[in-house]
Amino acid sequence: MGRLRAITIKEIWALIRDPRSRITLFIPPLIQLLIFSYAATLEVDNIDVGLLDMSAGVHSSEFASRLAGSPNFRTIKRLQSPGELRAAIDRQEVIAAIVIEADFDRRVESGQPATIGVVLDGRRSNAAQIVASYLQDIATSVGADIGPLSRAPPGGSVVTNWFNPSLDFVWFNLPGLLVLIVSVTGLSVTAQSVSRERELGTFDQLMVSPLRTHEILIGKMIPPLIVGLINGIIYLLAARLIFGVPFTGSVALFFFALTVYMLALIGVGMLVSSISQTQQQAFLGSFLATVPVVMLSGFSSPVENMPGWLQIANLVNPAQYFLVISHGLFLKAMPVGAVLAQLWPIVIIGCVTLATSAWLFRARME
Amino acid sequence: MTRPPTFLRFDLRRVSALVVKESVQIVRDPSTFLIAFVLPLILLFIFGYGVSLDASRIRIGLVLEDDSAPALSLAQAYQNSDYFDVDMARSVAVVRDRMVAGDLRAMVVIPSDFGAAVQRGERPVIQIITDGSQPNTANFAAGYAEGVRANWAAAENLESGRAQAPPISLATRYWFNPELKSRYFLVPGSIAIVMTMIGTLLTSLVVAREWERGTMEALMATPVSMAEFIASKIVPYFVLGLGSMALCTVLGITVFGVPFRGSILALLAISSAFLLPALGLGLFISAATKNQFVASQIALLTGFLPAFLLSGFLFEISSMPWPIQMLTYIVPARYLIPPLQTVFVAGDIWSLFLPNIVIMLGFGVAFFALSFRATRRSLD
Repeated sequence: MGRLRAITIKEIWALIRDPRSRITLFIPPLIQLLIFSYAATLEVDNIDVGLLDMSAGVHSSEFASRLAGSPNFRTIKRLQSPGELRAAIDRQEVIAAIVIEADFDRRVESGQPATIGVVLDGRRSNAAQIVASYLQDIATSVGADIGPLSRAPPGGSVVTNWFNPSLDFVWFNLPGLLVLIVSVTGLSVTAQSVSRERELGTFDQLMVSPLRTHEILIGKMIPPLIVGLINGIIYLLAARLIFGVPFTGSVALFFFALTVYMLALIGVGMLVSSISQTQQQAFLGSFLATVPVVMLSGFSSPVENMPGWLQIANLVNPAQYFLVISHGLFLKAMPVGAVLAQLWPIVIIGCVTLATSAWLFRARME
Repeated sequence: MTRPPTFLRFDLRRVSALVVKESVQIVRDPSTFLIAFVLPLILLFIFGYGVSLDASRIRIGLVLEDDSAPALSLAQAYQNSDYFDVDMARSVAVVRDRMVAGDLRAMVVIPSDFGAAVQRGERPVIQIITDGSQPNTANFAAGYAEGVRANWAAAENLESGRAQAPPISLATRYWFNPELKSRYFLVPGSIAIVMTMIGTLLTSLVVAREWERGTMEALMATPVSMAEFIASKIVPYFVLGLGSMALCTVLGITVFGVPFRGSILALLAISSAFLLPALGLGLFISAATKNQFVASQIALLTGFLPAFLLSGFLFEISSMPWPIQMLTYIVPARYLIPPLQTVFVAGDIWSLFLPNIVIMLGFGVAFFALSFRATRRSLD
C-alpha cells in the first residue's frame, strides 16, 4: 500500500508540475465546450438565396415578401438572368436560387396549377434539402391563401417531444461533447504518460525500483482518471450554469459510469503506449484510435444509420455506450437498470484492454 | 552589394541535405506512416460508411390502444413504411422505458377512440411522441410519421381537401449532386482533415521533439540559417501532405464513387495553398511550446477541431451564433472546404478558387512570420 501511495503521488506530480501542461489539461476542454456546443448544429439558418422573378406580378411578389419575412432566410439576392443565377450558385454566394417563370401570375390568376423552380447547391446537399423544405412551406402557405377551397385541413396528429421539448441542439450537443472531449483527453494523457518516461529513460528506473508491474500500471492510471473526473465536474457545472441544460439523472451514477468509462479508455491508451517507442508514436497512435472511437460513437450521426456489419464491429466501441448513458442521465432521468445495461459492455472492454496491456508490459520487462 | 541577414541565408545544397535527413527520419518512423496513410484510410472508411446524414430507417414503437379496422389499417401502413422499423406495444409506459434506454427514437399512439371517430365521420387524431434528446432524428421521425398518416388518410378518403393538386408546387433541382449523396461532401472534407493532421499535428510534434531533446540548439550552432531550417522542415511534410491527399482522392473516386469534375491542376493548387498555413501553424506551435505534449494538445485544439467543426464541412457556418461565425474567418480550413468540394463535384470554377487560394496563402505568410519570430526570440 505504501508503494502504491508513493507512485500515485509521483504520477500526480508528474502531471501537474509543468504549468503549461496543467493549463492544457483543463482550459482547452472548456474552450471546446463553449465553442463547439454552439457550433455543432445541423439546423440551417441565416440562409442566403437568389430570386429570379420573371413574372413580377402580385403572387410572385407575395412569395418574395413571405420569403423575406421568414426567420430562416437572411438575404435575398435579386438575380436578373439565368447567367447570374449560375454564377451565384457556382460561387456559393447563395445556396439556392428561386426561378419564377414569366407565366406564373397568369397561371395562378386563371386557377391553373403553377410551379416555382428552385435550383439548389448539391455540394452542400444536406443543408440544401433543409432549405428546400423551408421553401416548400412558403409555397404551400402562399398557395393556401389563393383559394378558400384549397385550404389545407388542420393536421391529424399531435407531436410531442419528450426529454427536450423545444428540440434545442445545445441540449443534444453538450452531453455528446462531454463524451467526445473526455475521450480525446483521456486517451492522449494515458498514451503520453508512459511513453514520455520511456523516451526520457526514466521508465527503466521505475522498472528496477521495488515497484511491481501492476503497481506501476495502477500509478499510470491515476492521472488520466483524475483529469477525466475533473473535466466531468467542470462540464456538469457548465451545463447547469452556462448552458442551462438540465441534468435529470443521478450525479453519483454519472460519476460511477464516467469512472468505468475512463478505465476502459485508459486500457486502450495503455495498449497504444505499450506498443510505441516514442512519445510521437504514442500520441499519433492514440489519435488514430480516438478518431473511430469518437466518430462512430453516434454523436455525429446515429449508430443505426451505419451498415449492419459496421454496427457489429462498433460493438467494441466503448464511447457508443457511454454516449447513451450521458444523454440518458442528462435529459432522460435514466434509471439504474438502463444505465447498467449500457455499462456492462464497457466493463468487459475495460477488462480486456487493461489485462492485455498489463500482459504486454510484463512481456516487455522480461 | 549588401549581404542578406544571416537568418535569411539560403543555400540549396545545404537545404537539400537537410531535406534528405528529414525524409529519412520520416520513412524510418512508423508513426508518420500511420498518419500519412493509415489515418486517411480510417477517415475515408468512417465518412464513407460510418457517418451518414442521409435519412434511414428509424426504430419506433407503435402503441395500438384500439382494435378497430381503421386503427389496424393505419398500423399496417406504418409497418409497410420504408421509413420505419416498427415495434408493436400495448402501452405507452413500455415504449417510454425503451425510449429512455435509447432503443426507440419515437412512438406513434393510435388512441382508443380512433375507430369510433372514423365511424362518426370525425377526423381521428393520433399522437406522435419523439425522443427530443436526438433533435435531428426527432424532426425526421415526426415528419415521416405525419406523412405516413396523411398518405393513409388520403388513401382512405378521410380528407377530401388534400386530394386535389396544390395550387403552387415546387420543382427542385439539385445541381452537381442530384442523388443527394452526403459522401460527395464528406470525402472531400476528410481530405481537409488529413492535410491538417499532417501539416499541423505531425509538424508540430516533430519540431517540438527537436526542441525537447536539444537537437534544435545543436542544429542552430551549425551554419544552417533559419530560412534553410524552415525549408527543410516544410518540404518533406508538404510532399507527404500532397501524397496522402492523392491517396484520398484516388480512393474517394474509385472506392466511394465520388465524381472528380475539375482538373488535377486546380486540386494541386488548392491543396498546396492550404498546406502552407497548415505547416506554418504547426511550426509556430512547436516553436512557441517546445514541448511535445503541449504542442500536440494545442495542435488538436487549433488545427484538428476547427478543421472538423468550424470549417463548414459538417455544420453550416451561417447557422452558428455570430461570435462563432466571426471565429471561423480565422480558420484556414474554412477557405479550403468550398474549393475542395467544388473541384470534386462541380468542376473548375476559378472565380471561387482564386479568392480562397489568396486568403490561404495570406494565412501561410502570417504563420511563417510568426514562427520565424518565435524561433529567433527563443534563441536569444
